[in-house]
Amino acid sequence: MNHDTHTSPGTETEPVPAMQQILDNHFLLLFLGIALPTVLYIVWGIMEVVSIPIAK
Amino acid sequence: MAQFRVCPQSGLYFHKSAESLMKANAVAAVVFLLLAGVLALLVTLTRWPTVHLLPADAFYMVLTAHGINALLFWIIFFEMAVLYFASSTLLRSRLATPRWAWLGFWLMIIGAITTNVAIFQGASSVMMTSYVPMPAEPHFYLGLILFAVGALIGCFVFLGTLAVAKGENTYDGSIPLVTFGALTACIIAIFTIASGAIILIPTFLWSVGLISYIDPVMYRIVWWAMGHSSQQINVATHVAIWYAIAAIVFGAKPMSEKVSRGAYLLYILFLQLASAHHILVDPGVSSTWKIFNTSYAMYLAVLASMIHGLTVPGAIEAAQRKKGYTNGIFEWLRKAPWSNPVFSGMFMSLIMFGFLGGITGVVMGTEQINIIIHNTLYVPGHFHATVVAGTTLAFMAITYFLVPVLFRRELILPGLAKWQPYIFSIGIILFTLFMMGAGTMGVSRRHWDMSFADASTILGMTFEYPGTAKLMMGIVGISGVLSIIGGAMYVLIVVGSLLFGKKLEASAGFWQNFGVPLADSCYSPTRPERLGRPPVIEEHGSAGFEAPGTFVLAIVFLVTFVVYYFINWKYLASVWPMS
Amino acid sequence: MSAILPPAERLWWNTPVGRQEIVWVGIALLWCLILFAMMPYWHVYGKQNLSNEAYKIYPAAYETKVKAMVDQYKVREEGPQLIPVVHPPAGSDVYILARLWQWWPILELEKNQTYRLHLSSLDWQHGFSLQPLNINLQVIPGYEMVVTMTPDTSGEYTIVCNEYCGIMHHTMLGKIFVKE
Repeated sequence: MNHDTHTSPGTETEPVPAMQQILDNHFLLLFLGIALPTVLYIVWGIMEVVSIPIAK
Repeated sequence: MAQFRVCPQSGLYFHKSAESLMKANAVAAVVFLLLAGVLALLVTLTRWPTVHLLPADAFYMVLTAHGINALLFWIIFFEMAVLYFASSTLLRSRLATPRWAWLGFWLMIIGAITTNVAIFQGASSVMMTSYVPMPAEPHFYLGLILFAVGALIGCFVFLGTLAVAKGENTYDGSIPLVTFGALTACIIAIFTIASGAIILIPTFLWSVGLISYIDPVMYRIVWWAMGHSSQQINVATHVAIWYAIAAIVFGAKPMSEKVSRGAYLLYILFLQLASAHHILVDPGVSSTWKIFNTSYAMYLAVLASMIHGLTVPGAIEAAQRKKGYTNGIFEWLRKAPWSNPVFSGMFMSLIMFGFLGGITGVVMGTEQINIIIHNTLYVPGHFHATVVAGTTLAFMAITYFLVPVLFRRELILPGLAKWQPYIFSIGIILFTLFMMGAGTMGVSRRHWDMSFADASTILGMTFEYPGTAKLMMGIVGISGVLSIIGGAMYVLIVVGSLLFGKKLEASAGFWQNFGVPLADSCYSPTRPERLGRPPVIEEHGSAGFEAPGTFVLAIVFLVTFVVYYFINWKYLASVWPMS
Repeated sequence: MSAILPPAERLWWNTPVGRQEIVWVGIALLWCLILFAMMPYWHVYGKQNLSNEAYKIYPAAYETKVKAMVDQYKVREEGPQLIPVVHPPAGSDVYILARLWQWWPILELEKNQTYRLHLSSLDWQHGFSLQPLNINLQVIPGYEMVVTMTPDTSGEYTIVCNEYCGIMHHTMLGKIFVKE
């Protein structure tokens, strides 16, 4: 399974599309996969709980 | 020097240290599945009204243990094996830091035993969720923390192995789709475990008296970031296993790498928000937060699952059609290897996860519909359809592949293995359907006595659910026993094969099942040949509707989904107005 | 065997996607947007929504509020534990507290009248499950939840505790009577 046999000349120099680069960047995905739910679910949720008024 | 063996059956490479770790984790998983299954039998036989086996205290203790052993220990041990397989074996790379991986494994073992000891001592019957301020013994939380730390180490070993493989250039291009799915699972796992640490460490300190108060709503929000996300690890993992089995059994090529990986990206970004499913009828969080989070930010993770639901069978159909099964819409499916448990288990896992687990999960996770479902038996009905019918059956299916390839033993009782996925599936379909039916009639989850006999003596109050609900709970009992028989068949076949199966490698003895390497002669210190890209074949993309049968199945799924969804709105509209 | 091999194309992102997948992704996305829109829609046009009204409160303070209502509107007592039955005026604030292992007091409401129902717990978490309607709410100590309810059917309704709350959890029942 040699990778050179089936790629036409020139394709090796074409730039890799940005989305493919993002999907190949495992640590960027790790960062996104932790940051997003932390901010949207945990931090936002806790802020709402903290801001509940005290009963009269 | 890293040592590798190549499996003559599959052509897969196993790094010696990684192989031992996969075996140890897989065996530990099956041991905890056995324990969880025995506990499941006790729970089922107690909720079956005419049997009502255990007394209340034992029931609540056993239910706590069943949840933790099944949902955490069985599944996460197995997932560790999957992570090591998807990184080291699929990338032909040595495993990064096997010693750390062993430390993680032993922490998980010690943690799992500690928590089980705490539960069976009887003073920690707090259910898996351990909602404060109901207290458990300190070592109940401590065991879970140790287990989580061990699993976290496993996740970092996986990420480290990806880095090693990239650094040592063991593969060409991007990682395989299955490894990408495992990466998704790993990322969700790290969020899950971090959330668990954020909430369980303070709770442990509270249980030993060092912290005086833990806010119960904050506990619920952060605990569910662990509790629900841990089930999302399973989704990412079992979808990866579906893709793997489609590739192994059919040589199926993903319809589009772009679409499948894009769908996984939606999982990475949004799947974990669904932890809000459990907070929908709680005081203290706004509808804005609830709607945004419960819908995975506009149902983008549901979109991802619907995509996988098309592309996995679609890839199988395309592969089958290429082999000549082109008559009509469904010949490819009729002529599939239904007697091979690797395939039948995987395909039924996919169907049941979609139709039973997926649809009901979206319905009950709708902010307002949750009012008529929260904490009823509908909830365990739903998650047994996802975690037992979906995840557990997918894990069982891949095990039948791994026993010869990884453990180098032939399966014993192949006739029994052929039937196992069917018996398990029939049991679990009836079990989840009737459990959800009983939940729709209001029957409570985590409840010892649906007849409320003691309430009439203590409070002078009586209440009876409709007779249909009692009948349904009887069917839940019978079908629960049936699916446990299916589970027992799996354990029997796997344990029997590891102990008595024909050795495909002379040195595959008793201790080799637990991680002792095979004979030295099996391994070679030379690095495996670099994993290349397969040749480009223009078989997908431009071909148009290459999988029409799958498309028909997908439309049937959609119609079922739409109808059932609006039935539930109609049911909601019939209860008292609230605002 | 290519889901377990690297993608064949070096630039796989540029490989065109088949028509079948594009159609399905379009249909699925549309359905997801409908699913999403249903929740805000129901807040505007539907009749079953939870308010976002909630307060932090000490359990003892909540107990005081409930007792004040009971003292004012008690009509009788029921059962061996002499749980009071209260009949508060239509349209008023009504209170139920959850504790190990009872719902206290019993409410007597009037059909088609609107009440502000307050719920909280004095000890552990409990689950308010109104049967046979199947209305389920989480009841949490330290938090007072307010839901405006309009009973539009009469009869005897039972509150089952559906959040596990210890060994006698299965005996924890309460009642709401709705009079014509």
